[in-house]
Amino acid sequence: MSVAPAEVERVAPAEAERPQTGQDAAADTPWITIVWNDPVNLMTYVTYVFQTVFGYAKPKAEKLMLDVHHKGRAVVSSGAREAMEHDTEVLHGYGLWATVSHDS
Amino acid sequence: MTDEAGEQLAGFRSTSRGATARFAAAQAAIIRSLVEQLAELVGGEMDLGEEAGPQPGSPDDLVAQLGLSRSVELPDDPVLARLLPDAYRDDPEASGEFRRYTEQDLRSGKVAAARTVLATLPPAGGRVRLSEPEAQAWLRALNDVRLALSVRLGVTEEFDEEVAEIAADDPRSAYVWVYQWLAYLQDSLIDALS
Repeated sequence: MSVAPAEVERVAPAEAERPQTGQDAAADTPWITIVWNDPVNLMTYVTYVFQTVFGYAKPKAEKLMLDVHHKGRAVVSSGAREAMEHDTEVLHGYGLWATVSHDS
Repeated sequence: MTDEAGEQLAGFRSTSRGATARFAAAQAAIIRSLVEQLAELVGGEMDLGEEAGPQPGSPDDLVAQLGLSRSVELPDDPVLARLLPDAYRDDPEASGEFRRYTEQDLRSGKVAAARTVLATLPPAGGRVRLSEPEAQAWLRALNDVRLALSVRLGVTEEFDEEVAEIAADDPRSAYVWVYQWLAYLQDSLIDALS
């Protein structure tokens, strides 16, 4: 009685093929966290949150804040989807209007 | 003007361990009332541990233990919708899934910040001394209160110009003043922490 080899044969080639599939190319494209402008959050507060949450230096945090203010939105972080969802959750905790997007 | 009155208008200033401010009784009453309302609104659907929650072992209890939210949709109340926004702009399904896994924690965090304010601000007013973590909780709670007020007041980018048009007998006028004062207070606290 033998089951395991068939199982291995079925799984192994699929594993080997994976890097070539289109799905993995899509997974390599990072996800992004976007912060949207709103009329309530103070400019000083938004800068403070970017410094506190991401550890950005003040000049970078201020530039991102000004992008949000003038352009209506700014990409504040990028990476794996789970990490962007985490960032978004933290930013919602601070009352910022953040969303997750696939960078395309 | 006495020094005390001047300090009550000056907002927060920096200390070695965080920030400090002095509040008149009326100022403390306004903040406490708004923060209490915020905690009630945001914590409304969660087990705050003060009232009888779901029966142990019931599906609701399990959902709570896992930190899951039953809701997958943007709240109907516009204030709650602003405080607990969708995480995906054009993907209701992904937003719903995100909400299921995060909304409970988000609500708990906001209620905890509100409780920190209530625990550190004496109802009769007076001196408030905040550690840095307490000051951060104040920042988040003050911001949430301002977000809530902004929805009720219909604040837009042109708010500063619109404010001038709001008549003294308009029911919104008192809240406009509070909204602006809280912004000033929040700004002074950020300054004190920087």
